[in-house]
Amino acid sequence: MAVEEIGWKEEETVFVSGIGCSSRASGYIVTDSLHTTHGRALAFATGVKLSNPDLKVVVFTGDGDLAAIGGNHFIHACRRNIDITVICMNNQIYGMTGGQGSPTTPTGALSTTTPYGSKEPAFDLSELAVAAGANYVARWTSYHVKELTRAILAGLRTPGLSFIETMVQCPTNFGRRNKLRQVIDQVEYMKNHTVLRQKLDRLQESGQKIPADVIAIGEFIRRDRPAMGVRE
Amino acid sequence: MQGNIACAEGAIAAGCRFFGGYPITPSTEIAEHMAAKLPKVNGVFIQMEDELASMASIIGASWTGMRSMTATSGPGFSLMMENIGFAVMTETPCVVVDIQRGGPSTGQPTMGAQGDMMQCRFGSHGDYSVIALSPASVQEMYELTAKAFNLADEFRIPVFLMSDEIIGHMRERIDIPDQVPKVDRKPLQKGKLPFQADDDLIPGFPRFGQGYGVHVTGLTHDERGYPCATSPGLHEELVTRLVKKIESARDRIADYSITNPEAETVFISYGPPARSVEQVIRDLGRDDIGHLRLRVVWPFPESALRKFASAKRFLVPELNLGQMAREIERHVDQPVISIPKIGGNLHTPDELKRELEVLR
Repeated sequence: MAVEEIGWKEEETVFVSGIGCSSRASGYIVTDSLHTTHGRALAFATGVKLSNPDLKVVVFTGDGDLAAIGGNHFIHACRRNIDITVICMNNQIYGMTGGQGSPTTPTGALSTTTPYGSKEPAFDLSELAVAAGANYVARWTSYHVKELTRAILAGLRTPGLSFIETMVQCPTNFGRRNKLRQVIDQVEYMKNHTVLRQKLDRLQESGQKIPADVIAIGEFIRRDRPAMGVRE
Repeated sequence: MQGNIACAEGAIAAGCRFFGGYPITPSTEIAEHMAAKLPKVNGVFIQMEDELASMASIIGASWTGMRSMTATSGPGFSLMMENIGFAVMTETPCVVVDIQRGGPSTGQPTMGAQGDMMQCRFGSHGDYSVIALSPASVQEMYELTAKAFNLADEFRIPVFLMSDEIIGHMRERIDIPDQVPKVDRKPLQKGKLPFQADDDLIPGFPRFGQGYGVHVTGLTHDERGYPCATSPGLHEELVTRLVKKIESARDRIADYSITNPEAETVFISYGPPARSVEQVIRDLGRDDIGHLRLRVVWPFPESALRKFASAKRFLVPELNLGQMAREIERHVDQPVISIPKIGGNLHTPDELKRELEVLR
């Protein structure tokens, strides 16, 4: 929807994806698309964008693909601020392969490789993107459809690396094991456990304690650091 | 000119305009030269964060129509294997230069070797075929690199330039031609599906940005390019075509030189050991010693072996523990005598002459 609204032509748009449920998306779109190896979508996308800056490149990825195996490429793509838009569908699990823990699985959550509850702290992918240098970073959830669409639009428009993290539900492999069996349960959870960043900042400043399971959403940063891959 | 520089120059002459790489001894000069030269010809150089990303970036660039290349050595070659498989499966033309050094593992960064020959052939998972070239001089670094791009484009496959530290770092005078022959990838014809092969088993190339709407995936795919990973028939069809695409063109791809085809004792070599063999033949001046020098090592040109009708034995000097000797053994009944040498020093002509003495 966002791509249509922004008016990009089919023949100048390329979708690149990695491996996972979210990465299957590139196979369902009519533009040129590159469904790559696990974690490496950003590296392929870098090659595409730098060799033909006139192409508009969008990357679909997931939490495991981007932050585990793809972590290094994620950091460098943000650092280089390549002019692409990265949409990460974060379902906090490795869904495609049956429900193993991922770097964003919340501490204590159950998965097939964390049968006693995850002992690891989880990544905050948006904070990581900001720290690494991306020009536009936002996080929304599948509950916040309108805001998400607007954020994607803003990302497509902003030169440099735009990172849009979408918290999404995976009832089959995450929800089912963590007492959120129905789709509606997870969506409700996201609705009730997300707070706008700015509001969280204010609460923190005023000395209020924030519960550990609250997820910050909204626009994390919008800046104009020099970007790579922009046609001069 | 240094071998590595000749390689980079040959690439640029052949129209390479994208290099994505990572520094690794003894290939780094190629990256540095490309960094300096590519921007001058409106090309793109990028130093990626690692070799996996390097291989990925050159595949991405190839899909926008650019001739792209990377250069590495053993440890980096190992890292590139997964994406090499991706390039094979998606029929992406590109060139991968391996300036081989002592292995395994970190090994001998500054010493030459030929220990990656089998890895080149079988390094990625699954069944597939490759094209690999082996230069034995600085002149060939230039010429064979240029040729690699033509082969890559024609056969829509990653082509390997299996060089080594000796050739890479040596300096020799070379003759630079005004132009190098260029054979471009054939575009996808109207009415044909993106991965539908022509009679030569090679599909036309649907580059990004032309409105083809092509989906490129490493999953087993049908002729439209869409995944059909659970179909045994389609998988078999695709993979056997990818292999046949190369194997059926073995003779067309072959590139070798023959000395004394009537000989009974025949040296088979590729890369730097060939220079020692040639010295032995010059020194001894005997026509009962023959030499088959391979410039294309994979697909292995078994038909070249038949040219030595009187051969009683084959001697194979290699800077490894007998990798190509193994392959040669498969194709001939005569004894194949491997002359392995690892550690970084090249076989001397005297050492090879002693091998001949032993045989008498």
